[in-house]
Amino acid sequence: MSGEQDLTAEGGHGAVPLAGVPVAKKEHSAEREWPLYEVFVRGKRGLNHVHVGSLHAADDEMAVRHARDVYTRRNEGVSIWVVRADAVTASSPDEKDPLFAPSGDKVYRHPTFYAIPDDVPHM
Amino acid sequence: MTTTQVAPDADDALLAQFEATIGRSDRIEPRDWMPDAYRKTLVRQVAQHAHSEIIGMQPEGAWITRAPSLRRKAILLAKVQDEAGHGLYLYSAAETLGVSRQELTELLIEGRQKYSSIFNYPTLSYADVGTIGWLVDGAAICNQVPLCRTSYGPYGRAMIRICKEESFHQRQGYELLSTMMRGTDEQRAMVQESVDRFWWPALMMFGPPDADSPNTAQSMAWGVKRNTNDDLRQRFVDMSVPQAEALGVTFPDPELRWNAERGHHDFGEPDWDEFMQVVRGHGPCNTQRIAHRRRAHEDGAWVREAATAFADRQRSERAEAHG
Repeated sequence: MSGEQDLTAEGGHGAVPLAGVPVAKKEHSAEREWPLYEVFVRGKRGLNHVHVGSLHAADDEMAVRHARDVYTRRNEGVSIWVVRADAVTASSPDEKDPLFAPSGDKVYRHPTFYAIPDDVPHM
Repeated sequence: MTTTQVAPDADDALLAQFEATIGRSDRIEPRDWMPDAYRKTLVRQVAQHAHSEIIGMQPEGAWITRAPSLRRKAILLAKVQDEAGHGLYLYSAAETLGVSRQELTELLIEGRQKYSSIFNYPTLSYADVGTIGWLVDGAAICNQVPLCRTSYGPYGRAMIRICKEESFHQRQGYELLSTMMRGTDEQRAMVQESVDRFWWPALMMFGPPDADSPNTAQSMAWGVKRNTNDDLRQRFVDMSVPQAEALGVTFPDPELRWNAERGHHDFGEPDWDEFMQVVRGHGPCNTQRIAHRRRAHEDGAWVREAATAFADRQRSERAEAHG
């Protein structure tokens, strides 16, 4: 079986080749790409803004406009936040990160830690 | 083949953690450690899925100015705009893997990354708008619904958004065809002719038979892919047959019949030689599709540059004002 025939249905809209397809370019074009923005949408009043994805825009105002067109075409939102991706500071993705260790052994912070007799109402 | 081995310098502990996450059917998230081959497989898959959505705007986009009514025109505009949106959700997911959208666009217009072969067929009549919605988007739904549970978090989340919108695409197509089927004999003939042209290419959308898809096993082990090509194709045929009956059209396959023993429909073999020709770039519209995408990209360059210059000026003026 040649590499060229190595196709998969995972193109979503149909079969595309996986073998022999590059995933990166050696040299980029000279064009400066618009910065990447992360987009957060409030679905309706009473809910938090939730991260929905990202997009490129030349500036903050354009990012809001693009976010409306890309992420709220069907009334998915009543409010949008955008923030440049390079302005986000995040914790380490490692689940064993000591950052989260302090909450690991404090079972007394959960209501289920406390035994209450079954016949005590409204607890 | 690079997709079956992990990076040789991979730390065993990291690999074990990665495999444990996959094993729990948990999601891999952007900044997690992942084997290089997993990352590359995903970039290829998500990027080419994005390209398919973007190129997929062209066959139907051609009918926007010729839609028969304002209602149909508004629907078609919304649909084509959705395809652009789907492309952007997917480029956004691909970018979490460390590639840039600009880079991927360049790989597309240089012909180095591909898109689904279905979009290399022309849309010869307005009925094709309906057939694409019904059969092509129907096949896409079969492919995409299982991908909502794919192991890479951003890809799965993009697929959930896309699947919600695909349902509109399929229903508007089917309704369009139903309306034509209630029209004149000429309109009914147009629908049948269109279905005859798109049936086999739609079946080919699921890719070659499983025996000829060596990547499937690795992609399934990683939870990137959830069903085999043949499983999905069978599911699509079984779904489509009663829909065709309700519509009053037939599929151009003399071997298509219900098999009570299997509980599925039997059907003929698509012409895989034709499929390979189209994938290799010899389909009816390959050259036209890429040329159009390249032109749109290059004609838009001055707009991107002007917006960048304007943003730069706004920033420097603000900086001066704050002195």
